[in-house]
Amino acid sequence: MADSMSFFSDFIARYGSLLIQGTIATLIMTFVSSALAYLLGTPLGILLMMSAPNSLKPNRTLYSVLGWIVNIGRSIPFIILMVALIPLSRLIMGTSLGVAGAITPLVIASTPFVARLIENSLQEVPSGVIEAAQSYGASTFQIIWKVLLSEALPSIARSIPITVITIFSYTAIAGVVGAGGLGDIAVRYGYHRYQTDVMVATIIIMIFLIQVIQTLGNIAVRRIDKR
Amino acid sequence: MIELIDITKTFDAANTSHDALIDVTLTIEDGDIFGIIGISGAGKSTLARCINLLERPSAGTIRIDDVDITNFTGRDLLDLRSSIGMIFQDFSLFSQRTVLQNVMFPLEIRGDSRQHCRARAYELLEVVGLVEKANSYPSQLSGGQQQRVSIARALANDPKIILCDEATSALDTLTTNSILDLLRQINRDLGVTIVVITHSMSVVRKICNKVAVLDQGRVIELGTTEEIFDDPQNAVTSELIGEVIIRG
Ligand SMILES: Nc1ncnc2c1ncn2[C@@H]1O[C@H](COP(=O)(O)OP(=O)(O)OP(=O)(O)O)[C@@H](O)[C@H]1O
Ligand SMILES: [Mg+2]
Repeated sequence: MADSMSFFSDFIARYGSLLIQGTIATLIMTFVSSALAYLLGTPLGILLMMSAPNSLKPNRTLYSVLGWIVNIGRSIPFIILMVALIPLSRLIMGTSLGVAGAITPLVIASTPFVARLIENSLQEVPSGVIEAAQSYGASTFQIIWKVLLSEALPSIARSIPITVITIFSYTAIAGVVGAGGLGDIAVRYGYHRYQTDVMVATIIIMIFLIQVIQTLGNIAVRRIDKR
Repeated sequence: MIELIDITKTFDAANTSHDALIDVTLTIEDGDIFGIIGISGAGKSTLARCINLLERPSAGTIRIDDVDITNFTGRDLLDLRSSIGMIFQDFSLFSQRTVLQNVMFPLEIRGDSRQHCRARAYELLEVVGLVEKANSYPSQLSGGQQQRVSIARALANDPKIILCDEATSALDTLTTNSILDLLRQINRDLGVTIVVITHSMSVVRKICNKVAVLDQGRVIELGTTEEIFDDPQNAVTSELIGEVIIRG
């Protein structure tokens, strides 16, 4: 018992600050990228939904072009995208390394994903409700803002943890290519140095964080959804 | 006054086209409760939706109070729509808005002040007898209550016309009667012209003063409710009336 206690305190003394820094780096990458992905993906999702055939502003060309871009974005595995985007990352963030370097590929990889999720959520809004809004003289902008987004909010909120957790797992991949964070620690210590204890610690932290994200998401959805 | 003159609506599909309305001509006077009846697919909804241009006629003219609205676009179109209330079979309430906020919607759209929207919405909830549900969400209401909310919402902009597309089809007989009473009261007290789309002759008999029978996109009979009931000229009409006599 005393042994295990001292092992634990030794471990914390030795790796505690490393793990805390890693956790912070991972959380920053995850949440900054998620926020930017929603900032870019939401308008894209709205455009997709609005321009679809039989939608409010059907536009074949726009819909196909956006669809193509989104599909291309989604079909490239993240690790490849990450490497391919190194020059772009240097251009935008000034570096392809560290947390800052990881943001660009993370955002570019997850924006198409978010766009599709938003599009799906908006499509779930019953057409009768949209028609009711039209029948009261709502403009297209008012329909998007006051009806589509507002009615789709529970569904959008439900998809946010999915996005955040996906990006979270991307950060681990990014870690391997020099982004830092928990993924980087797990690979450096667990894989290259055979320090299983450090790897196990990172896994425990990751599991804990994912649980927290999903639980917070569920609570938020329960409060938002009035249906 | 709503004048529909030679309205034709053709839906074009990939390689076929379908005439949902063919040369429909009828006049709805101010203060009428005008029934449009027909079997499923007759074109009733299409006709109602032409009145607020949710559907644009392929040919013909629509005049409201002597103004030709057929080709209205942009701001004119939105203003036209906001001056016509509409209620639906499935209520089509906003699920994420409270009852009060639902009724406020058409006013918000017009850009009225929040304070005015609220005050007006409360007045309307008074009219439909649902003030105590102001802060409930639609999912917490019965079908009849939801339809009352949507009637209050339809009244928000002081419309001169309300279009009811199968407003009572999802409700039981008792609730139907109370909704029809409410519509009649609105017609009498506020002088609102009401267009009632229905497949039920008993609804027509209860509240309409005039009725058009629609069959396969054409008006096959047009007259006062008594005329149609006393002396139906058409087999389809007789059949629709027959149902009323059998069902009471
Ligand atoms: N958007 C559309 N595209 C193609 N065809 C349509 C469209 N809307 C209606 N139709 C067709 O037009 C005809 C009339 O439809 P409408 O909805 O007006 O009938 P209705 O009398 O309201 O029927 P119901 O009692 O079932 O509501 C139907 O044959 C329908 O299939
Ligand atoms: Mg219909």
